[in-house]
Amino acid sequence: MLSGGDILIRCLQEEGVDYVFGYPGGAVLHIYDALFRQNRIRHILVRHEQAATHMADGYARSTGRPGVVLVTSGPGATNAITGIATAYMDSIPMVVISGQVQSHLIGTDSFQETDMIGICRPIVKHSFAVRSAADLALAVKKAFYIATSGRPGPVVIDIPKDITNPTDLVEYEYPQQISLRSYNPAAKGHTGQIKKAVTLLMEAERPMIYAGGGVIQGNGASELTSLTRLLGYPIVNTLMGLGAYPGTDKQFLGMLGMHGTYEANMAMHHCDVLIAVGARFDDRVTNTVAKFCPYAKIIHIDIDPASISKNVMVDVPIVGPVESVLTEMLEVSQAKIGKRTKTQASRLAEWWAQIEGWRKQDSLRVTPSADGITIKPQEAVQAVFRASKGAAYVTTDVGQHQMFAALYYPFDEPRKWINSGGLGTMGFGLPAAMGVQMAFPDALVCCITGEGSIQMNIQELSTCAQYGLPIKIININNRSLGMVKQWQDMQYEGRHSDSYMESLPDFVKLAEAYGHVGIKVERLADLDAALEQAFALQDRLVFVDVIVDRDEHVYPMHVAPNGSMRDMWLKKGVRT
Amino acid sequence: MRRIISVLMENEAGALSRVVGLFAQRNYNIETLTVAPTEDETLSRLTLTTSASDAEVEQITKQLNKLIEVVKLVDLTDGDHIERELMLIKVKATGAQRAEVKRTSDIFRGQIVDVTHNSYTIQLAGTSDKLNAFLRAMSESVVLEVVRSGVSGVSRGEKILAV
Ligand SMILES: Cc1ncc(C[n+]2csc(CCOP(=O)(O)OP(=O)(O)O)c2C)c(N)n1
Ligand SMILES: [Mg+2]
Repeated sequence: MLSGGDILIRCLQEEGVDYVFGYPGGAVLHIYDALFRQNRIRHILVRHEQAATHMADGYARSTGRPGVVLVTSGPGATNAITGIATAYMDSIPMVVISGQVQSHLIGTDSFQETDMIGICRPIVKHSFAVRSAADLALAVKKAFYIATSGRPGPVVIDIPKDITNPTDLVEYEYPQQISLRSYNPAAKGHTGQIKKAVTLLMEAERPMIYAGGGVIQGNGASELTSLTRLLGYPIVNTLMGLGAYPGTDKQFLGMLGMHGTYEANMAMHHCDVLIAVGARFDDRVTNTVAKFCPYAKIIHIDIDPASISKNVMVDVPIVGPVESVLTEMLEVSQAKIGKRTKTQASRLAEWWAQIEGWRKQDSLRVTPSADGITIKPQEAVQAVFRASKGAAYVTTDVGQHQMFAALYYPFDEPRKWINSGGLGTMGFGLPAAMGVQMAFPDALVCCITGEGSIQMNIQELSTCAQYGLPIKIININNRSLGMVKQWQDMQYEGRHSDSYMESLPDFVKLAEAYGHVGIKVERLADLDAALEQAFALQDRLVFVDVIVDRDEHVYPMHVAPNGSMRDMWLKKGVRT
Repeated sequence: MRRIISVLMENEAGALSRVVGLFAQRNYNIETLTVAPTEDETLSRLTLTTSASDAEVEQITKQLNKLIEVVKLVDLTDGDHIERELMLIKVKATGAQRAEVKRTSDIFRGQIVDVTHNSYTIQLAGTSDKLNAFLRAMSESVVLEVVRSGVSGVSRGEKILAV
């Protein structure tokens, strides 16, 4: 016989949870007491519940294991909402436990009561309102199963305080197996469809592989890499998919979409067979949907049937886990690859020649500043790549710096690039980096951020001090909400309505105030040395404030509205 | 095109709000909605009608299926089916009007289920089209109140929606 509070903790232990990210309050005091009385799960006390969700998220993205969050009712729960929505948009496995007021007070507008189940409904994969301590174990089991299977996502468990009462004891047994008659995610793809897809791929003259975050979440990166290499086809990754295929490989054409490379977007537009793997034809990829890949037959592999033909109608849908579908595809392809005709081989060679032509555009070329002193934001990212030898975990916030990081820091492995792609949540970067550092204490974890975004969860510098998290923060400081300013330059004749960051703090002093190290870099010549100095301080958090050119834009950029993927701005005032 | 989608879902608190919320969140329209427990007390059956293109309907059914509590669903309009809706209508019935209202009601096989000196309450079951036609036929009368149940339906023949 155990109390609800103890049951909850036991269940989390059964699920192999090592960290819970959270913040206490009235409705979860029994749970916190249960946490105190055990030592297998470590609780990480954040400074704001939003950060707890992003930490759990960073932990989940980097490890593939679900992140766990614990917050109190009312404001604790509402503060967690942005992080839950962030995880939902990027299909990240997460279990969020929210306290609730006592059962008999529900519906009476009692102190710190909010309808958490109602508020989070559109941004969770599922949620549970626990009604008795006896139901708790089953709810937790289901929550972890749902969060981590099929298309992953956040699951909320809302627990009224009385259910965790230490004096009310109930029988406890953790269910070992779970099956839900109403939830059966596909275990493998349809073999007939897979064969059809391979046939189409083998006949292609201008093939393209378009891989997204699903490949990373579905642990299919090595299968994707083998298939791509076997076929010898060009591949692009979405913002969420970076690292699904080695970013420094010659078959890789870069990121595609709104800020994709010239060659990636041109090849997408001209291909005749497109295979989309774990990608969802997001509007930031397709530009005008009606003009998307006008010549292509499309194959789409996805675990979520609702992703298929949602934005773009596809010809060969395959619903299933990417890893198993790609494995099967690889087998079928191996048997067929030798039978490709000479004409096909020469068509493929012509296609590559065309792509090499587009590559010559060198769309990511950086023009150093005229004075030779001012640092360009791209140069800052390139310097981080050099100093970290391309091996760091990199989290970002949202804005120009995020796009520069995506474009100028190639990733050769999955789960090393961590950013909020779907929701685009400023404030994500630092807490996400903290979650990664918790999971990988000895790894180099860089948070590439902007002076706007970093201030959205800057309070977490305190949490970093408490737990000794030696994150390297690279603040691409352009003294403006750069991405907003870029749009205002391009679409509002340069009217910078509230896109400046005035009254910025002295970030070096701020870092020092929290007990960390701060370094400010203003000259290009000092950049490499500063980063090396920062990375050498292996057990310290270092805040590197890099003062960069405030007027730089991110290019290429899709022309909108009504543009196709090949319609791009290549630099200021120059378009395709 | 108008669709009738019938959904079997876990009879749990919160399931209904997820279905309704989904429609609001994704900007799908709901014209009618009815929900009640079934012979199996762990399940409830929800029937809704919506107007949508084929592509939209495909998304609607996929998104509904994605809800964890949805066990099974069918688009009844995909095949032969029977649809029924119940309507209670209270009309002013005085003087010469009384006979006229009764005659119209009889033509539509309505039943007068409540009577006062000044009013009739008529019950009518049928397809939504039939109920609409009756309302049009009653347009000369003074309609005091209309209550409709929303559409429910089943497939014709041996096809069933069950777990
Ligand atoms: C929470 C939140 N609020 C607003 C936005 C809209 N937004 C997108 S980028 C951006 C500017 C970010 O500025 P900064 O962090 O300095 O990055 P920069 O673009 O300058 O590199 C804003 C305000 C957002 N993405 N998230
Ligand atoms: Mg900025």
